[in-house]
Amino acid sequence: MHHTSHTIAVLVENEFGVLARVAGLFSGRGFNIESLTVAPTNEEGLSRMTIVTRGDENVLEQITKQLNKLVDVIKVIDFSDGSAIEREMAIIKVTAEEDSRAEVLRIVDIFRAKIIDVTPKSYTIEATGAPAKIDAILELLRPLGLKELVRTGAVAIGRGPKGWKG
Amino acid sequence: MKMNGARILLESLKREGVDLVFGYPGGTVINLYDELMNVRDIRHILPRHEQGGTHAADGYARATGKVGVAIATSGPGATNTVTGIATAYMDSIPMVIISGQVPIPLIGNDAFQEVDMIGITRPITKHSFLIRNPKDIPAIVRKAFYIARSGRPGPVLIDFPKDVQIAQAEFKWPEQVDIRGYKPNLEGHPRQVEKAIQMMLAARRPVIYVGGGVILANAAADLTALARRLQFPVTTTLMGLGSFPENDPLALKMLGMHGAYAANMAMTNSDLILAVGARFDDRVTGKIATFAPHAKIIHVDVDPTSIRKNVRVDLPIVGDLQDVLAKMLVELDSQADGLAELLKNLTAWHEDISGWKEKHPIAYKQSTSVIKPQYVIQKLRELSNDDAIMATDVGQHQMWVAQFFGFQQPRTLLTSGGLGTMGFGLPSAMGAQAAFPKRQVLCVCGDGGVQMNIQELATMVQNRLPVKIAILNNNFLGMVRQWQELFFDKRYSQTCLELPIDFVKLAEAYGAKGLRTDKPAEVEQVVKAALAHNGPVVMEFKIAREEKVLPMVPAGASLNEMVLNA
Repeated sequence: MHHTSHTIAVLVENEFGVLARVAGLFSGRGFNIESLTVAPTNEEGLSRMTIVTRGDENVLEQITKQLNKLVDVIKVIDFSDGSAIEREMAIIKVTAEEDSRAEVLRIVDIFRAKIIDVTPKSYTIEATGAPAKIDAILELLRPLGLKELVRTGAVAIGRGPKGWKG
Repeated sequence: MKMNGARILLESLKREGVDLVFGYPGGTVINLYDELMNVRDIRHILPRHEQGGTHAADGYARATGKVGVAIATSGPGATNTVTGIATAYMDSIPMVIISGQVPIPLIGNDAFQEVDMIGITRPITKHSFLIRNPKDIPAIVRKAFYIARSGRPGPVLIDFPKDVQIAQAEFKWPEQVDIRGYKPNLEGHPRQVEKAIQMMLAARRPVIYVGGGVILANAAADLTALARRLQFPVTTTLMGLGSFPENDPLALKMLGMHGAYAANMAMTNSDLILAVGARFDDRVTGKIATFAPHAKIIHVDVDPTSIRKNVRVDLPIVGDLQDVLAKMLVELDSQADGLAELLKNLTAWHEDISGWKEKHPIAYKQSTSVIKPQYVIQKLRELSNDDAIMATDVGQHQMWVAQFFGFQQPRTLLTSGGLGTMGFGLPSAMGAQAAFPKRQVLCVCGDGGVQMNIQELATMVQNRLPVKIAILNNNFLGMVRQWQELFFDKRYSQTCLELPIDFVKLAEAYGAKGLRTDKPAEVEQVVKAALAHNGPVVMEFKIAREEKVLPMVPAGASLNEMVLNA
């Protein structure tokens, strides 16, 4: 079976313990979490999680069904078919000393990232884009001296004019 | 009218139709218990251990189909319910467990008798609630009962802090319950039902494989009607026993690890399996890779997660089993020709099945010198009423009951199938007897498991719950011993209980009647004397010590690789 990455959006009641229920479901059933983000939505009492997971078709089917079974879960949207726009933000602290300062700036420019903090020895970069783009900029920055990295994990929204309620 | 949180909870229980609870007081439920003295319509039974109380609520739920209610105090009281909650969760039993909690300002401070009960029980409850405000109590209780009994049933925990029990609020009962994230899909899709009927009419070697879901959905009558219309043989899981009468010629009896030869052969050779309220557990399928290799599978279940969890499924139908089975029966009404054709086509299959039944029926070698456990089960069946309720523990005796008791009616077997909880039988029998004071309630235990909740004998005597307990005493932890004999070269590591217990004296110490025999010729009179006694009785049968449960599919083997005589 083919193990691929899947992005799932989960609309949940903004209730006490809901994150623990979702996280517990993944750990208890041996499902994998590559990233998980959660924050309130525009609707009062409703939060949205974006979970990136890995597994074959059967595992994904079980994950979707098990999430739907949680009482606090209102809707599960499976974006596996590439129907979503995905974005992620990374904040990256890189070494930037005399010879590498210009190279870092060039890379930042190519990826339309931003410098958000500068010291004589470092740049801190804010980069936004599809997760693959973040991977790519990191690939280029790594040889120059990556001091610290923080990624938000992906967030995703469906393409087209419709909202999640259809 | 304003009242305190404790009273609001009790009034809410009354609105849910609760007339019996099993509970144990303590510091963080003392206010609730104080208020209980002001409430007339709720009967309370005090077990001797919270685990016993929780299993009793579970037994009550299994026997009645209603939601069982258990109460425990915070900390150790609450953790003592955990095995009971997990047992109910694995068998999808509707229960509401109310645990006391330390006052809200103390939560998280490691206060005296504080545990994170919501956290501990998260993987073994269908849902849980922490009450933070007394005005929320009616809505929470309403939701808890609705969640517990609807869809695929299960236990729901309500964690009830002490300060919320004391605080005052208005009691307002919500007439409606609406939970936007919880909408069980109860109506089977008509198109899927039509497709299923077409597959069934085309079958040549069909089997209906029935699980506990049929009993939980009160769908046994529809199931029986469908099987008889189609003339499809029926096999049941342990949890499904009672959903189809075992004296019916179509009955294949139980399948799986200790199932009937005919049932396992029928599954292996079938071309169509209609799975109803079952979940293809590993004890049922044996080795998955070789499970029913020729069969198309129709899987009907109210819980979509049960479908395609363990095996491939050709046609899933999600819905309430009563609804789906009724739709199937209606659909068949318009298929008279197809049905006539089907019945002709099934002749050869029925012959194969009769052949397997005759070749290796479920049987044992009788003895005149030593009591065979199977003989005790047969005598219990013969001498008890048809609607007698039978509770078991877990182990060899449980399988002998499953094989030899011949269940005819739903909700007459109380057994821990999923979790396999030793110590379940005695307290669950007590719960069933509390629900049905006039019915015969039997409990078969081993000498191991019975000691895990033996303290509830006191509760039975005190509350005049006349359960008849048969201990099949082989002085072994018999099922593990059997595995050690067959698969570990008879190395009986820690399975001999060695110290013989005088169960007659023990029963008498609790004020119950005790009877004992080691002679086959006396079994009948002991059972008769027990059934005639107006109170709880412990019957101790000293049985053949190394009797095995057979047939047996070794763990990990295919269903048709049964050990028939070892």
